[in-house]
Amino acid sequence: MARRQAARAKAGADSPAPASKVRGRRVAGEIPELDRLIHERARLGIVSALAVNDSLSFNDLKRLLKTTDGNLSVHARKLEEAGYISCHKFFEGRIPRTEYRLSAAGRRAFDQYLGNMEEVIRQAR
Amino acid sequence: MPEHRPRRFRSRPREVAPGDTPPLDVRAVDDLRFIRQTMERSAAFTAVPGWGMVAAGATALPAAWLASRHAFDARWLEIWITEAVLAVSVAVVAIQRKATRSGLPWTSGPGRKVLSSFAPPLAAAALLTIPLFRGHLGSVLPGMWLLLYGVGVITGGAYSVSVVPVMGASFMALGAAALFVTLPGNWAMAAGFGGLHIGFGMWIARRYGG
Repeated sequence: MARRQAARAKAGADSPAPASKVRGRRVAGEIPELDRLIHERARLGIVSALAVNDSLSFNDLKRLLKTTDGNLSVHARKLEEAGYISCHKFFEGRIPRTEYRLSAAGRRAFDQYLGNMEEVIRQAR
Repeated sequence: MPEHRPRRFRSRPREVAPGDTPPLDVRAVDDLRFIRQTMERSAAFTAVPGWGMVAAGATALPAAWLASRHAFDARWLEIWITEAVLAVSVAVVAIQRKATRSGLPWTSGPGRKVLSSFAPPLAAAALLTIPLFRGHLGSVLPGMWLLLYGVGVITGGAYSVSVVPVMGASFMALGAAALFVTLPGNWAMAAGFGGLHIGFGMWIARRYGG
């Protein structure tokens, strides 16, 4: 649990400013605060792809998101440490495979993120 | 006398300077667009229904057995046309069920893209069937059907998991074998529309869900 909280806090360090302090100005308090862990583009891609698939392999995600091994590995690990996705490693014959699934917590966080985004747009109009 | 101050008009929308963080609402719209595109792309990526393919393949085996009792006559053609209608119906239901489960309509952008790539070779196969059958070249039909179906699977599956184009290439190889190595037509149909669908369907169902 503490590890997950630490992962979420650490993920926030390399993410954009919170919703209430964009471009240095303070926006009305009603604007929801965004989940920094998902807000980052690569991680948003991973979660979005897993939201419509039961599971995806490391190579499938790499092809889909057009990213590198290292980049995908780093971002997937952050999501895994936060409990948003689960990772299953196994051997198919002699070939090692890595498969990712979206967890219940990850789906909740994703749904909430979508709701927050829609709220931000609604308020801007 | 009050100082005259010219009115400022904003004639163009806010522009975001390079390096400047875009306003939150602009970024939100951009994020939602990115999410939708990623979801559509990944849904198309694994939209092929594994168990649906197994079911469609299973219908081809009795059809091949029935067809083998006829020598490329009108009854033989009727059996395969009925089988094609049945297999397509099974596939459509399976695709729709899988799309519903993933929360995206199969008629969305990627679905249309796959259909527009898959349909032309199948339409060509259907049209070629008429003159070939009328010209008493029924024995050529299984090879031609397998070949063009394989082309459809390769082009339609270009945006899908890598195993789908492999399946298309297998259909093409089987079609070529039926045309040039005199592999018996009904056996080739059973091996292709039956065996390949069942084999690849089970693989896809196991790896990417039914």
